[in-house]
This record gives sequence, structure tokens and C-alpha cells, in this order.
Amino acid sequence: MPESYVPKEAMGHGDGGSAALAIGEAESLERRPGAAPPGAGPPGAPVGKPRSLWSDAWHDLCRNPVFVLSALVILFLVVIAIWPQLIATGNPYRADLAKAQQGSQPGHPFGFDTQGRDVYTRVVYGARASITVGVCATAGAALLGSLLGGLAGFFGGWGDTLLSRLADIFFGIPVILGGLVFLSMVTSTTVWPVVGFIVLLGWPQISRIARGSVVTAKQNDYVQAARALGAGNRRLLLRHIAPNAVAPVIVVATIALGTFIALEATLSYLGAGLKPPTVSWGIDISTASPYIRSAPHMLLWPAGALSITVLAFILLGDAVRDALDPKLR
Amino acid sequence: MGRYVIRRLLQMIPVFIGSTFLIFFMVYALGDPVAAMFGDRAPDPATAAQIRRELYLDEPLWKQYLHYMGQIFQGNFGTAFNGQPVTELMASAFPVTLRLALVAVVIEMLVGIVLGVFSGLRRGRDIDTTVLVLTLVVVSIPTFVSGYLLQFLFGVQWAWAAPSVAPEAPLNELLLPGLVLALVSLAYVTRLTRTSIAENARADYVRTALAKGLPRHRVITRHLLRNSLIPVVTFIGTDIGALMGGAIVTERIFNIHGVGYQLYQGILRQNSPTVVGFVTILVLVFLLANLLVDLLYAVLDPRIRYA
Repeated sequence: MPESYVPKEAMGHGDGGSAALAIGEAESLERRPGAAPPGAGPPGAPVGKPRSLWSDAWHDLCRNPVFVLSALVILFLVVIAIWPQLIATGNPYRADLAKAQQGSQPGHPFGFDTQGRDVYTRVVYGARASITVGVCATAGAALLGSLLGGLAGFFGGWGDTLLSRLADIFFGIPVILGGLVFLSMVTSTTVWPVVGFIVLLGWPQISRIARGSVVTAKQNDYVQAARALGAGNRRLLLRHIAPNAVAPVIVVATIALGTFIALEATLSYLGAGLKPPTVSWGIDISTASPYIRSAPHMLLWPAGALSITVLAFILLGDAVRDALDPKLR
Repeated sequence: MGRYVIRRLLQMIPVFIGSTFLIFFMVYALGDPVAAMFGDRAPDPATAAQIRRELYLDEPLWKQYLHYMGQIFQGNFGTAFNGQPVTELMASAFPVTLRLALVAVVIEMLVGIVLGVFSGLRRGRDIDTTVLVLTLVVVSIPTFVSGYLLQFLFGVQWAWAAPSVAPEAPLNELLLPGLVLALVSLAYVTRLTRTSIAENARADYVRTALAKGLPRHRVITRHLLRNSLIPVVTFIGTDIGALMGGAIVTERIFNIHGVGYQLYQGILRQNSPTVVGFVTILVLVFLLANLLVDLLYAVLDPRIRYA
């Protein structure tokens, strides 16, 4: 597998124009004769070794402006989610009814909401709920899905059939509808029921992808060779199949993170997701929606923050997919 | 073909039972429909017990489910708690949502395929990049945000369309809600068409068709498009089911009295017969649409044969 990436890597050097092309060709000529063992090297490893799929992808990603920009946005959001006080000194619950629905003014760039709370502070504090739900739900769904899907794809048999049908059942339930029914029974105001529900409906998607890529990886010659040499199931799965089957799962999980954040906001908007006093963009958009004609700023700021967050994760997933699967370009 | 259809129909049975039982379990086991009927007041225990007996709520859950399914297959979906038969609610709600979903699908196909063909044929150029970025932006704006924005701009600010829809839901008033409902799928259709066109544009049969002197537009419409639309058709087919279930948000924004509206009201008031009945039909629509798409596959691509 790594050998097939050598020519690609040489091409990667040539992307930057004619001067870079000459250097790239010199480097690749230098590299070709050396029958270096295929293996991973850190991104800055000395030339002479073919890079693995991962370091090759990392090399591509660092030159992709879309990836760098979306990664920076996400980094910023994560920092804000952990320490909102860094950029918002106010209190998101502090209400001053005299200022209700007022627009932008000095010190309060985004204006005030219906209860006279500072919209800017609430938008900053709202990142926490969205990022927590997105990250936890994706981690849960990815773990559960790749474990179940991977095992089903590796062992096959009746367990595989059972899992596929089980995934079909969860696919058959409309997501927002299931969320409304399930979450309207819950009275907890924490994020965990929402996370649990998204994991419950999100794992089949990941498990299908994981199953498919494990089935493909299983048929590779090196897996057969390892088996012939006497490797056990555990070693085959962990050392030979998992590293080669995990790329599609990572891509789908990154894109799913964005859609999970949007799903949480939609459920909160419908009154079934997060509940006050949790500060959430979905809730704020919902409370602002009746006043869209008189005070659109109350809706537009949280809606903008939400859309940018979702967009950043989707762009990141898209860039990662391009880097890990150069065939798609 | 016949054997394949029968096998698929048999496979649908456990999925149908599983999905409906899951919803049935959530509605009847997690909530208390009798308490919901009385709202804030506590019901008289004797009355509550009688209602429970009438509604089969004193039986174990699996017996309730069997009884309910038995009734459904005789065409009896029960009565909503206000005394209206659920079938009557369905008769008024499903045509509205079906119309909305059809408007959405038509928009999705027209705009999505045209944009996809344009960018697919100009792969790597500026217009292609612009379309790709635009689709990602559209995908990342949640429906309830784009719904309010478009309603505000088209319905209020410029007054080009009605901001809310009359109970009869005529087609011209459904254009704007249909667009809102279609937006996300529209982006997916565009991307799918683009990838498929870009892949097939380099195929041998396209080169042959061009080489034998066919005009370009004929090659595109008769040769390229026909072969490239297969994955798009698959997506749109499965999307019809998703659109009908996903119309809750759109119907709420534009005040459309369709399936989503009835379901939302049903869930808020814990009106269990309405919720379970509507969801059962939706699951059925979803499964049948999937089956239909798989069969359509064989018609569109003669290389695929189902034994």
C-alpha cells in the first residue's frame, strides 16, 4: 500500500509552480533508487523514506487553505467552549428588561434579546453546549459504530446479518421525529439525554462504513499472508485491518460532527433538545423567532454562529476526505 | 425479478416491526397517555382504570402492540384523544405534506441536476469551485435558520410570496416552503450529479459519441446524463421518505397543517394514537420508497439484474 503513494508524493511537490516543480523532481529522483522499507515517518522526516498514508495526508492538509482555516475556527470554538470568559466578560443570565430587544450599542455589539440579556455574551457561552454535544455524540457513535461494524465485517455470519437488520431498524425512524418523541419524555436539563439519543441514532451510519471498509481490508493479500503466518484474530484486527480501515470512519465522523451539532440545535429549537437554563444557540433562535420582523438581530447572531460552526466541521471533513482518498479529486 | 421483490418484501417485515415497536415503546412506555389526557388535574383512579381498560393499557406492552397492529391492518388507527378518528386527521394531513414533498423534489431535481451538470462539465474551474463551496454553505445552515431567513426576505421584506400557507395549501403558496425543505437535499443532488458527470465525462462511450460527430448537447443529454443520473435517482427516491418525515420544521415555520404539524401537536399533547399511527405510515412510506428505488435501478441500468 505505501509504495503506491510514492509517485503521488512526488507530484505533491510539483503543485507549487515551476520552481517547486524542479525541486520536486530532483527530490523524487533522489528518492526513487533507494528501496526504503515502507513505513511511517513523521511529517518532517528526512527525505529518502516514502511517507505513510497518514503523513502524506497530513502533508497535503497543511497546504490546504480550507483545512487550515476550518481547523483554526474549530480550535477557536473549542477554546471558547472551555473558557468563554476569555472574550466575554459579562454574565449570560443577567437580564435588564429596560433594554429588551434593543440593537447594537457600545459595549454590547450584538444588542439585547427579549429579556434584555446581552446577545454577544449568550452567543459566546452557547458554543459550549454545541461543542460538547457534537464531540461527545460523535465520539460515542464512532466508538460504538466502528466496534460493532468492524466486528460484524470481520467475523460475518449471523451476527453480521443481525447487526445489518438492526441498523435498518434505526434507519427507518425519521431522526427529528424520533428525537421529539424520545426527548419529550425526558425532564433532565443536562446535555446527556441529547448526546445519548444522537449516539443511538448515529451509530448505524458509522457501523455501515466501518463494516464495508473492514470487509474490503480483510481481502487484502497482506492480511491473508499474516493469517498464513499464524496471526490470531486479535492481531489481524488490531495490527493489519484497523489501521487500513479507519480512514473512511474518520472522514464520516468529522462530517457527522457538524450534522450532529445542527441536529442538536434543531431539537432544541423544537423544544425537545437542550432546555434552559443551558445556554444554547437553538433555544435562543427559537425564543427570538417570533420577533424576527421587529428585532432580527436576536435571531441572526446565534444563527450565524451556529452555521459557521457546522460549516467549519463539514469543510474539515471534506478536506480530510480529499487528503485521505486522492482518487476522488 | 419476482423472487427478488418477494425476498425484499420479506426482509422489510422485521424492519417494519422493529421500527414501529421502538416508537410504540417510546410513546407508551416512557410516557403516561392517561395522565396526559387529564392535563394538569389528577384523574379519578376509577375513571383512569376504566380508560386504561378501554385503551388496552392494562395489558403488557407486547400484547398492546399486537392488538394495535391487528387493528391497523383492519384500517382502524384508533381515535385521537379529542374523539376524532386518526384516519380523518391523516386524510387531511397527508395530501398536504405529499404536495409539499413533491414541490421540494421537483425543485431539488431541476436546480440540483442543472447545477451539477454545469459544474461537473467544468470540473476544477472557478464555477465548479463556487458551486461546491455554495453547496457546503447550504448544507451547514440548518433548515430552521434558512426557513426563517427566506420567510423574512421573500415573505415579509420583498413580499414576493405568502409568508404563511392557507389551510388548503394551494401549490403556489407551497413554493417557498418547498424551496426551504429542498435546500439541503438540493446541495446533495448537486454534488452527486457533479461527481457522477465528471467521472463519466471521461468514459469511452462519451468519446465515441463525440468522435462519430454527434452534437455536444445531444451527447450530454442522451449519453452522459442518462448514465450519470442513476445515483441521483437513488438519492431522490430515498429522500421522498425523509422529506415527509423531516417536514416538521418547515411546516412549523410556515404554519402548514400537514403531517409534521399534526405530529408536533400530537407529541406536545402526548396524543399517543396520533403519533404512533402517523409514524407507522411514515416508516412504511420510507421502506417502500427504498424498495422502489432498488427496482428502478435495474430499469435504468440494464447491467444490473436481480435474480
